[in-house]
Amino acid sequence: MTNSDRTTRDKVEAGLRRRNRRERLFRRAGLAATTVGVVFLAVFFADLFVKGASAFVQTFIQLDVHFDERMLKPDGELDLEYADFDGLVRNALRMQFPGVDSRSERRALNKLVSVGAGYQLRDMIVADAGLIGHTESVWLPAAATVDMLVKGKIDPNIDAALRPLSDAQIRWVGALEVDGRLRKQINWALFNNGDSREPELAGIRAAIMGSFYMLIVTVAVAFPIGVAAAIYLEEFAPQNRWSDLIEVNINNLAAVPSIVFGLLGLAVFINWLALPRSAPLVGGLVLSLLTLPVIIIASRAAIKAVPPSIREAALGLGASKMQMVSHHVLPLALPGMLTGTIIGMSRALGESAPLLMIGMVAFIVDVPQGFTDPATALPVQVYLWADSPERAFAERTSAAIIVLLAFLLIMNLAAVIIRKRMERRW
Amino acid sequence: MTMPNMTETGISGEDAKAGLDTQNPAEAAAESRDEAMPAVVNQASSAQHETVGDVRCELPFIVTEHLDVFYGDNHAIKDVTLEIGKSEVIALIGPSGCGKSTYLRCLNRMNDTIASARVTGTIKLDGQDIYSKDLDPVILRARVGMVFQKPNPFPKSIFDNVAYGPRIHGLAADRAELDEIVFTSLERAGLLKEVKNRLDEPGTGLSGGQQQRLCIARTIAVNPEVILMDEPCSALDPIATARIEDLIDELSRDYAIVIVTHSMQQAARVSERVAYFHLGRLIEVDETNKLFTNPQHKLTEDYITGRIG
Repeated sequence: MTNSDRTTRDKVEAGLRRRNRRERLFRRAGLAATTVGVVFLAVFFADLFVKGASAFVQTFIQLDVHFDERMLKPDGELDLEYADFDGLVRNALRMQFPGVDSRSERRALNKLVSVGAGYQLRDMIVADAGLIGHTESVWLPAAATVDMLVKGKIDPNIDAALRPLSDAQIRWVGALEVDGRLRKQINWALFNNGDSREPELAGIRAAIMGSFYMLIVTVAVAFPIGVAAAIYLEEFAPQNRWSDLIEVNINNLAAVPSIVFGLLGLAVFINWLALPRSAPLVGGLVLSLLTLPVIIIASRAAIKAVPPSIREAALGLGASKMQMVSHHVLPLALPGMLTGTIIGMSRALGESAPLLMIGMVAFIVDVPQGFTDPATALPVQVYLWADSPERAFAERTSAAIIVLLAFLLIMNLAAVIIRKRMERRW
Repeated sequence: MTMPNMTETGISGEDAKAGLDTQNPAEAAAESRDEAMPAVVNQASSAQHETVGDVRCELPFIVTEHLDVFYGDNHAIKDVTLEIGKSEVIALIGPSGCGKSTYLRCLNRMNDTIASARVTGTIKLDGQDIYSKDLDPVILRARVGMVFQKPNPFPKSIFDNVAYGPRIHGLAADRAELDEIVFTSLERAGLLKEVKNRLDEPGTGLSGGQQQRLCIARTIAVNPEVILMDEPCSALDPIATARIEDLIDELSRDYAIVIVTHSMQQAARVSERVAYFHLGRLIEVDETNKLFTNPQHKLTEDYITGRIG
């Protein structure tokens, strides 16, 4: 018992309320911060999906196409070079709307169907030449403007001069709709085609393949070099001023703006080594420079996390340093290294600035077939489309971003799964 | 007084110098003139100190002469001379930080892994200088096994834990021989009965005491000549401790065992000789009974009666 009136218990109780209030305040602040972050993310995703989801479907127009022998075989022989497939589409449209006679009206009518429609008919003839002379009901892709109208992105009530479709065109689309000759299908062109001037024909295949080849180069270059450097620095390098200098510089390298790596790649790989420009090979090399520090730092952290007791156990049994590293440290550090690599890769996948420097900001129609073919990358495709004036490219931009985010999500998920699966506890 | 053989180790000359920089300038200057100087200095400073008891033994197997160990500028072991006999159990005791673990780790050159460590003096294993340049620590560590304070099985199967040493040293010609080695080692470590049916389960899934016996099995699978034990029971409960002590008793027929322990009861139970360390010096060495019943040095007496520690 103390002489003082206030016992320890009293003193603690006096301060307790203040302590609890502080904790409540701190919790609320934390909750608020988290909420702000989540709301930002939710708004971003919602906006993206609202804008981009419609790009995954595409309007098609049903026309009764007569595969006219005179138009397909002008010289009596089927020659795909000279066969007038666009003429078939035009004739089909004229049959659908018999009242349209004037030249300018007919031209406006022809614009309802995509210029890609002729290619679709061509593919049908290539697949089955027996169609010649017959009439078939075919679903042909609508032009992007019609697509936009059907999706409600063009307001038919505003002044005709302010919209890309004339009153007549809107009337014809309405007539087709009443006839049940309009429908929306999954937009396979988005995944199967390269870039195009026509939004309804533009796809991200070339960009996806470009990104794919680039990431292969990046993994092949950055993973072995990064892991080897990390092992050397962590296990073998003498700890002195030089290794400190290297450590500081690797950390600095991780913070260098990516466009600088693009300039480096331009100077070294294209100007000096004369590698082809716009090629995934060069893009991959540049991105491996970019991811190397990330991989080295993650790998070193993974190696450091291997408990020293395991190293001692191996050395104590007479394992050489190399055996200790390859038998014990590496297997235990591998999940961390792989996680770091995947995170580095997903950063590389989302990178566009350095690619602008090495000519990968290009209009690529043909899907690249190898490491030296001209290619573009997904984020660069997003950049290109975001710049296009056509309305239909706006939704495709969002769609490309959704695809890019899906890839990033898959990669990061893979990193988490690898970490969970391979992680050992002791 | 004879000049001790002096060997220098350290990961690189750079590090050794870095350690010297912090010493007083006169001493550093003396060292740069004559490399053997520090040993002389140490001997001079240790002139007032002599290890009490008998540092020599019959049939010496590990002979330590004038050993000094530095961690940077921290003088961790000061002029230790000690003989350890073939197939004897010697316990190293002393308060925390007295250098007993450091001394133990010199015997299989585990101190090599510490960049700032520097060792002078000689340690001979069966007549061979273990710090000589032509001796690979790999060979030394195959001959001098070690059991650590905290059980540290590899995160592999029980079988692979024991088989690891024989595998890396190529001790078994075929799988049958390897099986034989693993089973014998587990048997001798008193673990076989408990793990016979789950050799492919991870060694980290065993209890603490079992893990430590697994580590002992792993060590004896290499068939070393000496086993170093660094407080092998400090992380174990009394029952597991008793089992390890029985095991030490059994192993002592075939191996020289050097055990660091904080428990004087344990030292009394398992060892034939005891070495008492204090602040880096070897204060007293004697037969276990003699040292515990009739310590010659004041510091030893203070420690075993509980006045230091």
